[in-house]
Amino acid sequence: MYPSNFDYQRAASVADAIQKGSSDGAKFLAGGHSLLPALKLRLNEPESLVDIARLDALKGISVTGSSVRIGALATHAQIAGSADVKKHAPALASACGQVGDPAVRNRGTLGGNLAHTDPASDPPTVVLALGGKLHLQGSGGNRVVAAEDFFLDLFTTDLHPGELITAVEIPSIGQAKSAYAKMAHPASRYAVVGVCVVLEVSGGKCSKARVAVGGATPKATLSAAAANALVGSSLDTAALDAAAQALSADLSDVMGDVYAPEDYRRAMAGVYLKRAVRAAMG
Amino acid sequence: MKVSIKVNGTLYEREVEPRMLLVHFLREELGLTGTNVGCDTSQCGACNVHLNGQLVKSCTCLAVQADGGEVTTIEGLKSNGHLHPMQEAFWEKHGLQCGFCTPGMIMTSVALLQSNPHPTDEEIRHGLEGNLCRCTGYQNIVAAVKAAAGTK
Ligand SMILES: Cc1cc2nc3c(=O)[nH]c(=O)nc-3n(C[C@H](O)[C@H](O)[C@H](O)COP(=O)(O)OP(=O)(O)OC[C@H]3O[C@@H](n4cnc5c(N)ncnc54)[C@H](O)[C@@H]3O)c2cc1C
Ligand code: FES
Ligand code: FES
Repeated sequence: MYPSNFDYQRAASVADAIQKGSSDGAKFLAGGHSLLPALKLRLNEPESLVDIARLDALKGISVTGSSVRIGALATHAQIAGSADVKKHAPALASACGQVGDPAVRNRGTLGGNLAHTDPASDPPTVVLALGGKLHLQGSGGNRVVAAEDFFLDLFTTDLHPGELITAVEIPSIGQAKSAYAKMAHPASRYAVVGVCVVLEVSGGKCSKARVAVGGATPKATLSAAAANALVGSSLDTAALDAAAQALSADLSDVMGDVYAPEDYRRAMAGVYLKRAVRAAMG
Repeated sequence: MKVSIKVNGTLYEREVEPRMLLVHFLREELGLTGTNVGCDTSQCGACNVHLNGQLVKSCTCLAVQADGGEVTTIEGLKSNGHLHPMQEAFWEKHGLQCGFCTPGMIMTSVALLQSNPHPTDEEIRHGLEGNLCRCTGYQNIVAAVKAAAGTK
């Protein structure tokens, strides 16, 4: 099963990648774990691939001030195993550790995952819940885009043609609690439903909450209604039931397929919200 | 495009089309047919090899991406004419029936023990999540990995 023909170019630098990636029909190639499966099935036939995988400037994970900066080329396995990510963005380490299988995690990158924005992906949901920011670089210069403004629709982001994600910046979780709970498709391991919660708790009561859902929805989506149902409560069973109901009612656009129809995913979103809260409060 | 890839300790230089997958490079250019293709969707793990010490699906990697790298396939596991302990364990524990998934299973299991020398049953099953077997029901595969880890 071969992809159709394409030119292959290896980027020598970030600037070179942007220049090559700006030409018509060009696509960046990072870990290839979304792109190559699509090319093999000929769902996508780019004229040229610009391989960015050897660009050291896009690698590495570091802590600066009160945030953790993850290079676009950091693999799921590197993120899952990083002491810095485990400390400052534990829900992201956990989500990356649940992506696909070990071989997928060795090759797939955070930048490629966010750029591709497969609705069944895990990292977009978590980056959104954690209030992450994407650092982008293109022929028009550099910009920083909040996750809220980055994911636009099914497989659609705010990236301009030829623009690269260079890094993802996640504010440190501090004293807040967080967790990602996922229902994995039994064959592909992609998310059927994934819910990430970030909770601030003081004096036994939830004072602040952020709830993001993916898998079930065309793009990673924040639910203010679910978060509001948690705030002010002691996160007891009644509050979790109310939040689960609020979440299911709040999702305007839920996808369905032969494996998991729309009403099932809608119901599971509530169930996985409860699981995420319980895991966060563990 | 010209690529040079070290496979099982021998350096090979070949002119390949950029669209050639690493698995086809191994099977068709080098005749190393131990690495199998079991699916079109990157899900079965029959093609798993080690690239620069890491487990990868050779059907989801272009040969040009592996340029300059080192690959180990199932053919490269034996040493001095002896099977690798993982191969012995699959044999001993009947960890295979038709054998189609076995090269991928073994490459995955060897990588698993490199990062986690004494896995629990659960860790073995999670570690093998990306490898599908249509014959064995997995039970004896898990037993083989445990035997190889010496955690019977
Ligand atoms: C069997 C299987 C199971 C999987 N299961 C899961 C799962 O459970 N959860 C999950 O979240 N994902 C899953 N994935 C997808 C995996 O996470 C991919 O690795 C990831 O989505 C894409 O990252 P990549 O580096 O491989 O990107 P590539 O495939 O190389 O690229 C993907 C797209 O992003 C663009 N791109 C890549 N890098 C950049 C960049 N830095 N800037 C701008 N554009 C860029 C490319 O041009 C391309 O359009 C699975 C994949 C497979 C094959
Ligand atoms: S042939 Fe590579 S995963 Fe199935
Ligand atoms: S032994 Fe037949 S597929 Fe595993």
